[in-house]
Amino acid sequence: MDLEYTEEYKQYREQVRDFLEGWPLQGEEANLSEDEQAALFRERGIRAGFVCRNVPAEYGGAGQAPDALKDAIVRDEFYAAGAPGDSISQGAGLLVPTLLDFGTDAQKKRFIPLAISDRERWCQGYSEPGSGSDLASLQCRARRDGDDYLLSGQKIWTSNAREADWMFGLFRTDPDASKHAGITYLLVDMKSPGIEVRPLKGMTGGMEFNEVFFDEVRVPSENIVGREGEGWAVSRATLIHERNLIASPTMMRDTFNDLVDLARRTIIDGRPALEDLGVRRRLVEIEGYVRTGETSNMLQFTASVRGEPLKAMRPMMMAKLYSTDTMQRIVRCAYDLLGAEAMYSPAPEDVAGWARNATSTGWVEAYMFSLGPAIAGGASNIQLNIIGERGYGLPRDPRPPEA
Amino acid sequence: MDFGLSEEQELLQETVRGYLANECPPSRQREIFDAGSGYDEALWRGLAEMGLTGLAIPEVYGGAELEVLDLALTCEVLGEFGFPSPFLGHVMAASALAAGGDSDQQARWLPGLADGSQIATVALCESNSAWAPQTWACRLSGETLSGSKCFVPHADAADLLLVGVEGGRLALVETSAAGVAMESGEGVDRSRPVFRVDFDGAPCVPLADDPRIAGRLCDVGRVLVSADAFGAATHLVEETVEYAKTREQFGQKIGQFQAVKHQLARLALDIEPSRALFWYAAYAVDHLPEDGTRAAALAKSHISDRAMEAARAVVELHGGYGFTWECDVQMGFKRLMFDRAFLGSPDRLREHCADLAGW
Repeated sequence: MDLEYTEEYKQYREQVRDFLEGWPLQGEEANLSEDEQAALFRERGIRAGFVCRNVPAEYGGAGQAPDALKDAIVRDEFYAAGAPGDSISQGAGLLVPTLLDFGTDAQKKRFIPLAISDRERWCQGYSEPGSGSDLASLQCRARRDGDDYLLSGQKIWTSNAREADWMFGLFRTDPDASKHAGITYLLVDMKSPGIEVRPLKGMTGGMEFNEVFFDEVRVPSENIVGREGEGWAVSRATLIHERNLIASPTMMRDTFNDLVDLARRTIIDGRPALEDLGVRRRLVEIEGYVRTGETSNMLQFTASVRGEPLKAMRPMMMAKLYSTDTMQRIVRCAYDLLGAEAMYSPAPEDVAGWARNATSTGWVEAYMFSLGPAIAGGASNIQLNIIGERGYGLPRDPRPPEA
Repeated sequence: MDFGLSEEQELLQETVRGYLANECPPSRQREIFDAGSGYDEALWRGLAEMGLTGLAIPEVYGGAELEVLDLALTCEVLGEFGFPSPFLGHVMAASALAAGGDSDQQARWLPGLADGSQIATVALCESNSAWAPQTWACRLSGETLSGSKCFVPHADAADLLLVGVEGGRLALVETSAAGVAMESGEGVDRSRPVFRVDFDGAPCVPLADDPRIAGRLCDVGRVLVSADAFGAATHLVEETVEYAKTREQFGQKIGQFQAVKHQLARLALDIEPSRALFWYAAYAVDHLPEDGTRAAALAKSHISDRAMEAARAVVELHGGYGFTWECDVQMGFKRLMFDRAFLGSPDRLREHCADLAGW
């Protein structure tokens, strides 16, 4: 164990910091739209070798040699500078790693460059009204028609469907095959005729997701990722990436620090709540979870770097649930500190997700929003099954015979 | 930047685990537990022969000169086995002497502590849960010591006591010296019995008047207790998982019921990730002086609290059998009762952490 960085990595960090002097953009570039500025800076980051380090150059990435420590340095420094680095959008964060694993060369060349810059937007078409935790029971059909597929059915909880240019999703190509075998992973152009997107408002009043309806939507068969009937395996890979995106120790630490700030400025009986013994104890108790999440993440990271991920299998399985549980502990404490202000409705600027919780209404939003990640990407009860069954070898739930 | 164990550290744990599995199976653990001595001479010699008694003692005095993390990894395994031995107090005292004793003091005691021929322990707590150095009231006058200490682990087996005295100092007292009297503290954890020790003008050898020595002693102790609690709780969870895979009710293994499966998964979730928390705290005590004290207190408060709660659930998961003296779960449960209270309860340590954060 050695938490010091070697000279090579210290220098690398300096190079990253030097590059980040270029953010925020200056002069005329500062007048571009926010999206345009982000895309521009991201492209510069790719050319400098700091962004999309692991995406090969032929697909528009920086094509650097794999080095998880450098990845982490870049991530930390970009985060600290508030600069757009590797996007965590659905396209860059979820589709790109999947295409790198399973896509054809043509698919990689066509889709990856625009996905990593977020110039093309993606949404994920997995869940259906009747298929949530039991995703493999999905019914949205893809019928073969010559060289094409015709899609019919419905997806739900689709974030960003209205802004998205493309969807990656799971569709049933063979209703007679067993549940998992009849599923195919397809890339769908959201401008195709027959797609209807209906907004679905979240309980916070913001973060709208959508229902997406398909009526004989034509998709060319070259848009299959993996082979027909292998979509389940392809989607498992995406799901792991999604859980990794949700389990962010940096976000936990930042939100915890915001909570301490809230306790400092909240006055109870004429004194800052932070001076109250009960509040102090509760904050440190929560910090125990935050620090555990951070250090466990370091342990998992080292296991990956050393090529021994199995040694950290259990904590890796637990990371998503640990993170969403911890976030909920933080927001519950904040909610208690708010007192009567907890009755406010979130303000419009609060409802963009994990906005920094500088205001009371921001915390009201976070109190509700924190339930979203606990449900998305495999709800907490599903995570408990995974931990119990795959992590500890407990007997699987009895499964009803397949229809 | 590497947050993982070395091959030597993994080997250390394997070696200790292998030794204990052979020499201290549950049946032997139970015999010693029921006898209440918390000590077995042959097993202590076994630890000494593996070099564990001198793990953190300088090589010149016959030790291995390793770090707090190596001690903690050992304590984790001892916790798994609920191993009855004076190891905790011994290595705490030895590492304080190694860090803060002068060369005469070190040369006089460290070789015997390193090879295990002499046993040391720590006498820190006074009445009303006064663990913190600034609360110690034992009086030092010249080279004699007067006052009382409670919850001194393994005082009866020890040759040497490291005693906290007024002003946050430490002094060494041989248990055979005149003016030292002890009586059993009737502790709940029979793997580590505790004693009340009274000093009435007992001859002593004070360590240097430097508050950092006692500060580090508390930090090291908290890390080691965290590791012990982690090991004990991990063992309880693993053992209960195995029980749930074999015990049948309503015609199926109880581990197949989600009520049981999810409860077990939640226990694992509360314990397993915190392995990294005590690793970090152990490393911080040696290498990150600005964070060592707080990291140790945070790890101790978090792990001992979570572990104790896990032990309560584990008893319930075993049903009526779990409530019996016969069921081995009670030994781990009581081990954790010691770990949770020793060197400060979770609430008190959290207050300490809040103070250290400048809140």
